Amino acid sequence: MAADAAVVVEKLSKHYRGPPPVDAVKSIDLEVARGEIFGLLGPNGAGKTTTVGMCTTRVVPTAGRVTVDGVDVRADPPGARGRIGVVTQFNTLDRSCTVFENLKYHCRYFGMNHRDAKARAAELLDTFRLADRADANVMALSGGMAQRLQVARSIAHRPVVLFLDEPTSGLDPQSRIALWEVLGALHDEGTTVILTTHYIEEADRLCDRLAIIDYGEILVMGTPDQLKRQVGVETVVTLTLDGDREGAVKALSVVAGVDRTEIVEGEVLVYLAEREGPLPAVVQAALAFGLVDLALTEPTLETVFIQLTGRALRD
Amino acid sequence: MTDTASATAGIRVTTSPRVSYRAAFWGLMVRDTKVLSRSLTQFLLRTVIQPFLFVFVFLYVFPNIGAGIHGPGVASFGTVLLPGLVAVAIMFQGIQAVGLPLVNEFAQTREIEDRVMAPLPTNMVAFEKILFGAMQSALAAVLVFPMVLFFPNSNVHPHVNPVLLVAEIIVACLSAGALGLAIGTGWNPRQVPLIFSLIVIPITFLGCIYYPWASLHTIRWLQIVILVNPLVYVSEGLRGAITPNLQHMPWPVSLGVLILIGAGLAWLGMRGFRKRVLG
Repeated sequence: MAADAAVVVEKLSKHYRGPPPVDAVKSIDLEVARGEIFGLLGPNGAGKTTTVGMCTTRVVPTAGRVTVDGVDVRADPPGARGRIGVVTQFNTLDRSCTVFENLKYHCRYFGMNHRDAKARAAELLDTFRLADRADANVMALSGGMAQRLQVARSIAHRPVVLFLDEPTSGLDPQSRIALWEVLGALHDEGTTVILTTHYIEEADRLCDRLAIIDYGEILVMGTPDQLKRQVGVETVVTLTLDGDREGAVKALSVVAGVDRTEIVEGEVLVYLAEREGPLPAVVQAALAFGLVDLALTEPTLETVFIQLTGRALRD
Repeated sequence: MTDTASATAGIRVTTSPRVSYRAAFWGLMVRDTKVLSRSLTQFLLRTVIQPFLFVFVFLYVFPNIGAGIHGPGVASFGTVLLPGLVAVAIMFQGIQAVGLPLVNEFAQTREIEDRVMAPLPTNMVAFEKILFGAMQSALAAVLVFPMVLFFPNSNVHPHVNPVLLVAEIIVACLSAGALGLAIGTGWNPRQVPLIFSLIVIPITFLGCIYYPWASLHTIRWLQIVILVNPLVYVSEGLRGAITPNLQHMPWPVSLGVLILIGAGLAWLGMRGFRKRVLG
């Protein structure tokens, strides 16, 4: 175990008695280094939120251990809370308070005196471009602004680790990019960030390392490039066919240069070991099965997920 | 954004748990005080209107239409009502200031999340709810007491035992906050209106507000059944502290039982709170 790890998760499990009984998280291990942006990528229901819940003192693990900045989360929840910032999937802003007060009182909870809390709140309003809304009720904020305020609040006490659960879910593209910039700036400052997402692009673009998680288990872990290279193919051809897909898969799998083929959600995927060499032969073969459309892509984290699960990672 | 070199400026996470818990607890109290001060009008209305209407109807309307009600013996009805109405004001504040907002927060707004994530034990967040509710109950008592006492024609002659009164009010207010927490964490959010039908109305009508407990001796079964109602002990305790010339339970009984009930409700409420916020 690295001595400088910000978060260490060991054999962490969560079983819900139900009904129906669910093993939401099954004995996962991971380690996040200081200053890293670490992603948990997986479909809805994969166990991402439960994992974050256990790391942030809100879900009691059935088994296993989490330490944040050396503090055992289960043994000392208040100590752990002092070291983490959390942005949940939901708007948890204090509706009885203004934008400014949301930040100010948060700072008070974390031990700042009145003057320091006010100064820190003002500073954050500037940084997050919310200063002109300081006295607005939080109910009057747009979705993007509310999310910015939640992130501002979560880092107000300067946590060692920031946890974000699906931070851009439901945001418009502009707000999403704005939030990515904020996280980039936090990363530059050295804040450790753990985020969950089911957006491929977000995981690829933001994360230094990520774990792909499905049915409560970590399937694979590494940098985005490592994971994509692990697929072992250069190009993915997605074929939309009118005719017999099963037949097409058989016929295409024997074409020279084709690594393998499979049907995912009605489309035939052909994995090519080289970039373009086998393409004419693939098209030729596909024509016999009613080729309607064709797309070429480099392997993405989606390709990795499909290869691991046989399913697409869609919303 | 700030540089990481100042990463711990202004933060006390490195200090002893006791200091950081106290700071966080104080922060919660400051926040609640601010929110209350903003809704002071609402607080006054919900606190004053009900007891005002009680004294208005019972001490003004009824006597004027020749349907006056008397207390037992020679006591005026105002003398019976004074401790009773203070008791009910204390108890309802617990439900209104703690219970109902909590039901709503757990069901919809989730705004309690940020306070639950403050660096102090979850039980202390729950206890802050009880304590702040208790302070509102005390404020309600302070408002209602003179209103009933000085209501024209109330004809109340109190003989206040100040030490006992303060003790009764402290215990009653904390019990009311605990009742609010128990309701707020245990009640099904889809059945909020039932709080009024199943809790508020029965405990009021059967809470020894309009009659001393001893006077129920003619309906013995009722006298026994209502002993489960915490409001009985609040009314009787306050009666002992404010109008001791009227029949009342001995104060060690009313205070002792109320402490037990309050502790039970606090335990129930804190357990419910933990259940609600921890998965």
